[in-house]
Amino acid sequence: MSQELLDLIVEKFNTLHGEESIVESKLNFGKPMVILGTEKWDLATAKLLHDDEQLQFDFLTCVTGVDYEEHMEVIYNFYSTTLDQYLYVKVNTSREEPTVMSAEPIWKSADYMERETFDLLGIDFPGHWRLKRILLEDDWEGYPLRKDYITDKKALGLD
Amino acid sequence: MSELKTETMTLNMGPQHPSTHGVFRLQLKVDGETIKEAIPVMGYLHRGSEKLAERFLYSQFIPYTDRLDYLNAMTNNYVYCSAIEELLEWEVPERAEYLRVITMELNRIASHLVWWGTYLLDIGAMSPFLYAFRDRETILDRLNEISGARMTFNYHRIGGVKWDAPEGWIEKVQETVKELHTNIQEFDVLVTGNEIFQARTIGVGILSKEKVINWGLSGPIARGSGVAIDVRKTEPYSIYDRFDFDIPTREEGDVFARYKVRIAEMFESLKIIEQACEQIPEGDIITKKGKRLMMIKPPAGEVYRRAEASKGEIGVYAISNGKNKPYRIKLRRPSFVNVSILQDLLVGESIQNLVAIFGSLDVVLGEVDA
Repeated sequence: MSQELLDLIVEKFNTLHGEESIVESKLNFGKPMVILGTEKWDLATAKLLHDDEQLQFDFLTCVTGVDYEEHMEVIYNFYSTTLDQYLYVKVNTSREEPTVMSAEPIWKSADYMERETFDLLGIDFPGHWRLKRILLEDDWEGYPLRKDYITDKKALGLD
Repeated sequence: MSELKTETMTLNMGPQHPSTHGVFRLQLKVDGETIKEAIPVMGYLHRGSEKLAERFLYSQFIPYTDRLDYLNAMTNNYVYCSAIEELLEWEVPERAEYLRVITMELNRIASHLVWWGTYLLDIGAMSPFLYAFRDRETILDRLNEISGARMTFNYHRIGGVKWDAPEGWIEKVQETVKELHTNIQEFDVLVTGNEIFQARTIGVGILSKEKVINWGLSGPIARGSGVAIDVRKTEPYSIYDRFDFDIPTREEGDVFARYKVRIAEMFESLKIIEQACEQIPEGDIITKKGKRLMMIKPPAGEVYRRAEASKGEIGVYAISNGKNKPYRIKLRRPSFVNVSILQDLLVGESIQNLVAIFGSLDVVLGEVDA
């Protein structure tokens, strides 16, 4: 069933953005996963996931940011409360200027989770209504979850 | 008489406000007694758990999960361990799964009891708090006997659990369940029908079904608005598919509905514990490989695992690159997502309902700030 869903999603994405809209698609521990470039992750795609009759991914569960040293990635975990199905969407972006369109206009749950990702990894989410630091202080320098972040022990009073 | 000039006032509630049970600030704009804007400010307890995870061996991170939602640490332990087990593709011994379920459900009741007591304390009823903490203490005694700690258990392990149940523990739990059954019923009689309590909670802080889904709210908040999502049923983990229990839901979506859902949930948890205590088999409590902590090295890959904590859906996104330390651990904390609704929910409400609404979300700040 998951394979069918994956094929369906790939097909729908291709109709929307033309062939090769997806970098990679696979089943990850039995759940469909699609990997996109950041330029293909736009409002139309998000609306498709949210509104399409066969998809109906109305519940955004988790937003994760990852620093892969060569590039950055934002992972969205979706769930459909009506059709009871799951989806991973991974959006690749560059490390120099990490930008991923905000999902917040469609799924409000992205509000805090994207702010957290911005706060700890420095990924920009254009379209977010109030993108600012959430867990760290407003004047904090650097992004702690980046792999090249150096913890200043002196400033933290640990040394 | 000429018209009085009015203006809005900015009011800071917190960070040291008793009803937050932690450190949390609400920046309010009030027009007289009506809230015009509410901005949650958090991070006072931020300890960088996700960053710490990258510096430790896989097994060394378990105690840190205890400190997220410290009222419901067993589920935190579980969800982290199960994510790593999924990456490793390990099977967990039967007896360990049963011990996990019993401890998680006991912990859920303890967490709901704390909520029940402190919530009523927040809205002005002193005595329920004392009753709730008396019974919570009984549960913590049971958990202490099996794990060696009252709150930060560090009990679940990758591949099983740390200790087997001491002799006679299962029988003791069965006794506790009976006792709790009577006592929680008594709590229900003591408070639920109270006229003042109902006047403060019925029709207050109403959340629609659509809002719940769009804002990603989970747990008793979602189920109080008629959204029947519970990971134990929608995607049964551990051995939850073996037990007979219901998911209590209410349609009203107000504070009272969330209250009723939590009370009903405690009885469902008791049902699960009863069944688990009867079915629990003898056997190993941890896989052989799980005992060699230094050797836990999941193959490169990633997975998102979820579980139903007392506050909602807790999730771990684990990424491994084949080394003995995690490459990235993302913690999806239910309170963090649930608290975001305050920006929307409080607007237009009267200021005397603020504590009643905020309390009904059952937010734990250790979890919000990670």
